[in-house]
Amino acid sequence: MRDVAIIGIGLTRFGERWEHSLRDLMAEAGLSALTDAGINGKDVEALYAGIMASGRFVGQEHIAALLADQLGFDNIPATRVENACASGGTALRQGYIAVASGIHDIVAVGGVEKMTDVTTSEATTALGGAGDQEWELNQGITFPGLYALMARRHMHEYGTTVEQMAAVAVKNHLNATKNKYAQFRKEITIDEVLNSKPVADPLKILDCSPLSDGAAAVILAPLDIARKYTDTPVKILASTQATDTLCLAERGSITGLKATAVAGEKAYKASGLKPGDIDVAEVHDCFTIAEILAMEDLGFFKKGAAAKAISEGETALNARLSVNTSGGLKGCGHPVGATGVKQAVEITMQLRGEAEGRQVSGAEIGMTHNVGGSGATAVVHILERTN
Amino acid sequence: MAGIVGYGAYVPRMRIKVEEIARVWNEDAESIKKGLSITEKSVPSMDEDAATIAVEAARNALSHSGINPKEIGAVYVGSESHPYAVKPTATIVAQAIGAGTSLTAADLEFACKAGTAGIQMLMGMTDSSMIKYGITIGSDTSQGRPGDALEYTASAGGAALVIGKEKSECIAEILATASYTTDTPDFWRREGANFPSHGGRFTGEPGYFKHIVHASKLLFEKTGFKPSDFTYAVFHQPNGKFPKNAAKLLGFTEKQIEIGLLTPLIGNTYSGASMLGLCAVLDNAVPGERILVTSFGSGAGSDSFAIEVTEGINEKRGRAVKISTMIKDKQYIDYAQYLKNRNSITKR
Amino acid sequence: MEKASAGMWRKIDSRYNLVGSMCERCGTKYFPQRAICRNCGKDTKMLHRKMSGRGTVYSHSEIRVPAEAFKESAPYTVGIIELEEGPKVEGHIIDNGKKVEIGTKVKTAFRKMYTDGEEGLIHYHFKFIPE
Repeated sequence: MRDVAIIGIGLTRFGERWEHSLRDLMAEAGLSALTDAGINGKDVEALYAGIMASGRFVGQEHIAALLADQLGFDNIPATRVENACASGGTALRQGYIAVASGIHDIVAVGGVEKMTDVTTSEATTALGGAGDQEWELNQGITFPGLYALMARRHMHEYGTTVEQMAAVAVKNHLNATKNKYAQFRKEITIDEVLNSKPVADPLKILDCSPLSDGAAAVILAPLDIARKYTDTPVKILASTQATDTLCLAERGSITGLKATAVAGEKAYKASGLKPGDIDVAEVHDCFTIAEILAMEDLGFFKKGAAAKAISEGETALNARLSVNTSGGLKGCGHPVGATGVKQAVEITMQLRGEAEGRQVSGAEIGMTHNVGGSGATAVVHILERTN
Repeated sequence: MAGIVGYGAYVPRMRIKVEEIARVWNEDAESIKKGLSITEKSVPSMDEDAATIAVEAARNALSHSGINPKEIGAVYVGSESHPYAVKPTATIVAQAIGAGTSLTAADLEFACKAGTAGIQMLMGMTDSSMIKYGITIGSDTSQGRPGDALEYTASAGGAALVIGKEKSECIAEILATASYTTDTPDFWRREGANFPSHGGRFTGEPGYFKHIVHASKLLFEKTGFKPSDFTYAVFHQPNGKFPKNAAKLLGFTEKQIEIGLLTPLIGNTYSGASMLGLCAVLDNAVPGERILVTSFGSGAGSDSFAIEVTEGINEKRGRAVKISTMIKDKQYIDYAQYLKNRNSITKR
Repeated sequence: MEKASAGMWRKIDSRYNLVGSMCERCGTKYFPQRAICRNCGKDTKMLHRKMSGRGTVYSHSEIRVPAEAFKESAPYTVGIIELEEGPKVEGHIIDNGKKVEIGTKVKTAFRKMYTDGEEGLIHYHFKFIPE
């Protein structure tokens, strides 16, 4: 196994990109990643693209070949990776495996979703496919509904409050104001979250990540030749993944995601690090409760302690641990296939010291945590600054 | 001799008051309540239809009967509001009650009396040992055109009877049955039409009363019984008034029909109506008591039954929810919610 | 007009009657049905078992923004029900005027879940109702 580094990153602004199609978005992020790495499309040996539901969102399957063509890649193998909202993180892991194994040297990893070409109701239905279609969605249990069920139970078992959940949204919106790629560059208050439109009790609309368009891309290379392309390669210390039951009800506990815990433990083991070594983390806050679960499952806080810690500012920008500096899924936006790759882009910016107004000072080690569905898939990456 | 092995019913818990419907159409609630002898009617929830009501009633009847559903040889569902025009409700019910596959099933339609036609079919089938048990259900979510007089009464509900012939398993014996049938167009709904049409006052004398009276009298002739031989009588009840008048015409007292007269409280459950009335009586009857049941279906016909309660009723008492409990469990809705529940207004 | 119906038909026993699986070896019950026991792996047989439908509310939520097929019926309550046989299942919880909270006892009812438009199939399904 070879060490792998990120040598280039690219990102589009997330949001309602009315004027841009799926291929426009991927081209924008892809070109910017190629430019950042100082390479040409002809240099790329393979593409892994994370897309969750292009068939339902824009009626297009067979996306990887389309993107390879649009990005000017040269008849290379291109593979679509689908793991619901963890499609991007999983694509990154597939790219990592391809380079680490020695099969390819220069690999492009993309993530994209175009979600606003359908109605909100159609989008809700499409996202529901991340859960168990037969036994969850077919009974009217929406995707926010699944996280609402987790939130309700977490509140029951640990006394977590709606105010504490709202604090996650407030923090992430504040971070998003400092990110030019973010969908919501607007501060919100606890009261605004609590008084926003109910979606699936106890979750309100401001507890939920939005429907977004956007794309992200990274270029991977073996660490030993990375400096040929960049002065600031970011090393991938760990790339891990785990699964759990698709159907939420079938899990022993729903106050945590076992897939996250397992992927997290494996990542710590692979890197030889512990939670306290992480300086900055992008975690999967598709709903506010999800960030609370992630903080506990990844070992940053004891079970039941994260909500209070977050609401007291312990994960704010440049606090003990900076979490979701990009604004997270909540503030930056959540074009589902793009999210896992965007997390790696954000951490790379942080480790390179390029995160501008939201820079975590002295960031050496960063983590990304990408979840599919209600936690049936979790992907964790630990990245390290090398310069 | 064929008898009732178990019974069960189901009444949706939503209700709309006469006052609320009258408010919308600027009519005088008091005179309607008096004229129709009705106070409110049951309304199905958005997720209820004649099939779900039939299943709930049949499940209650099965629990009450204590029989193994795999021994059911026939399932008949009588309704004028079958959810599908083509595709049987009866197969949905058979599957949902866990009946086996070696059975016959069919949907019946005869306005408000299709369920009692099912009783007669099952009597023949069990008496002839063609089947061991059969279940017949009368279930409806009947439609009343907005603003029409029927809107005050057309309601939702259902009842199911398990029929068998082992006396030891029965809670009541069906001593005799008689029917009276003519081609009388008092009430109808054409294929594809959402609401029924009716002949107004023509539905009374030549429709309801003629058939109820003739069928009941035929039964008296056949059995030699007279009204005083029955503790209870149940007549089809399109409103609260008709059955009282029918009772008077035949020589029954108000007391005899009191327990089985549910329409004033829940409206006309159409195919469910006379069978629900019978279930309410059975909830209260003791061994040895006789019950007259005469249904009526527009179009038109009446089936009359002489039923005698047997010892088995005591053993099975309390196995299923009482009709009076279902009637008391209710939630009032306004006219807008009523329209929504009836799919008259939909989100587009 | 041709419309697909095999998908709903295939699972009708589970949808109507909560028929799940039981591992012949360890006795663990599952809903929905599965072919392989989580405890015993492949070296056992999975039998069909009907669940009683009785259980308690493990978690619940009122859905205010529904998926397309449920737009008429929102808001509605859904929940995870811990069945007395062991498995936890998700489902609709019918509003019968009784308060729904964690620990509320429920049983099943038979209702329409959704319909495939005006002319398509009606999907009947178990729902839960507070006792």
